[in-house]
Amino acid sequence: MTIEQQVAEHPFFAGLAAPTIAVLAGCGADVHIPAGEQLFRAGESADGFYAIRSGRVTIELSMPVGGGAVLDAACGGDVVGWSWLIAPYRWMFDARATEGTDAIRFDAERLRAACDADPGVGYAVTRRITEVMAHRLQSARVRLLDLYGEVHD
Amino acid sequence: MTSAAGPEAVARAVDGDPMLPRPFVVTRTHQDTRDTYTLALDPLEGGPLRFAAGQFTMLHAFGVGEAPISISGDPTRPGPLLHTIRNVGSVTAALATAPPGTVLGVRGPYGTGWDVVDGKGGDVVVVAGGIGLAPLRPALLQLAAERDAYDRVVLLYGARTPEDILFSDDLFRWAKQHGIVVEITVDNGQHAWRGRVGLVTHLVARAGFDAWHCLALVCGPEVMMRYSAQALADRGVAPDRIRLSMERNMKCGVGLCGHCQYRELFLCVDGPVLRYDRLAPLMARSEL
Repeated sequence: MTIEQQVAEHPFFAGLAAPTIAVLAGCGADVHIPAGEQLFRAGESADGFYAIRSGRVTIELSMPVGGGAVLDAACGGDVVGWSWLIAPYRWMFDARATEGTDAIRFDAERLRAACDADPGVGYAVTRRITEVMAHRLQSARVRLLDLYGEVHD
Repeated sequence: MTSAAGPEAVARAVDGDPMLPRPFVVTRTHQDTRDTYTLALDPLEGGPLRFAAGQFTMLHAFGVGEAPISISGDPTRPGPLLHTIRNVGSVTAALATAPPGTVLGVRGPYGTGWDVVDGKGGDVVVVAGGIGLAPLRPALLQLAAERDAYDRVVLLYGARTPEDILFSDDLFRWAKQHGIVVEITVDNGQHAWRGRVGLVTHLVARAGFDAWHCLALVCGPEVMMRYSAQALADRGVAPDRIRLSMERNMKCGVGLCGHCQYRELFLCVDGPVLRYDRLAPLMARSEL
C-alpha cells in the first residue's frame, strides 16, 4: 500500500480531498516501531508526527521512582504528538511502543512547511489536531476529578 | 421495564414488617482489591434469595448500621447471595470485613433490574466505571449464560488504576469463553501497564456495535454515567435503550421514607435502574 493510500485510509485524515492527501503523503513515511522502542523522549526536538495504523503507543512521564507514569495511550486510528506544531517544537513527554506498531511518520519540518504554503492544508491539519487536543484536555479534566477515588458512606 | 419491588414490595410492607431483616451467615469472603471485598452469604432459614440482575439489598451489620448494596452474584443459578462491597466508611467497613460465620441481616431484594433480555437479538454494550462493575456482573453472567441469544456483546470498563480492576478472572473468562469483547481503560497507569489509559467514554466510539439494534447498560459514578450515556446517544443509541443504575441514600428500600427521592422518583422502587430518556433532564441539574 502506498503512503498516499495509508493516509487516505487513516481515520485522522478522513474527509480530506485527494490533493490534500497527496500533499500530506509527500511528508510521510511508513514506519514500524518494535515493541519497547521509544518514539521520542521529553526534551528532544519534536521532529515528527505519528498516525498510528496498528499497535499501541503509550505517552509517559518519567518519574524519579517507579519507572514512570502512563498518561495516555494511542492505538490504531489515533495520532501521537502535537508538539511538532507548536513552538518551540520540543516533546513534553516520552512515547513508547508497547506493542509492535505500524505508523505513518510525518517529517515535522516538511509538514509545517506544507501547512504554511497552503492554508487549506494547514487548516485541515490544525483543525484535526485541535480536536485531538480537545478530547485529551476533556479527558484530563475529568480524570482530575478522580471519580473512582475515595468516597464515604 | 418490570420491577420486583414497587407495589409488590409495598404490599409486603403491609403484610409483614419490611424493616425486619432475614438473617444470613457469611460463608466466604474474598478481597478483590485494596478496599473491595466480595462476601458469599447463605440464609440461616428459608431458601436462597431470588433476584433480578441489577437489584440491591439492604445489608445490615448488627450494631453498626445498614447500607444498600448491589447483588453481584449469578441470577441464573441458585447459590449463595454475593455482595461486592467497597470499604468507604463505618458501615461498609463492618460489612466488607465481616469474617466467615458472621450473621448479617438482609432485606430485599429491591428495585428495578437491568432486564437484559430486552437486548436479545441485538448488540449489548455494558459500560462500567470503578465499583460500578459489581451491579453489572449479574447482567454479564446472564449474557454469558445465554450468549447465543445476543449478537455482539461489549464490556467497556474504566478503573482508577490497574490494581483497582475488579473480577479479573471473570473478565478473562467472558472474553475467552463467551466471546464478549472486553475493553479496559484506567485513569492512571504505571510503567508496566500496557493497556489503555483515559476515560471509559472514549471507548464507546470504537466499540463497534450496531447502535440501531443495541441495548446499553451503564453503571458507575454519576458524572461518568452522564458522559457515557451522552457518548452512547451521540453514537446513535436511542436514549430509551440506555439504562443507568442510579445511587442515592436508600434507607427503607420500599418507597416509604423518601430518603432516596430524586425529584419525582424514589430510586429504591423506581430505580436503581432507569432509562436515560427519563434521567437525562434530571442528571444535568445539581442538588437533586
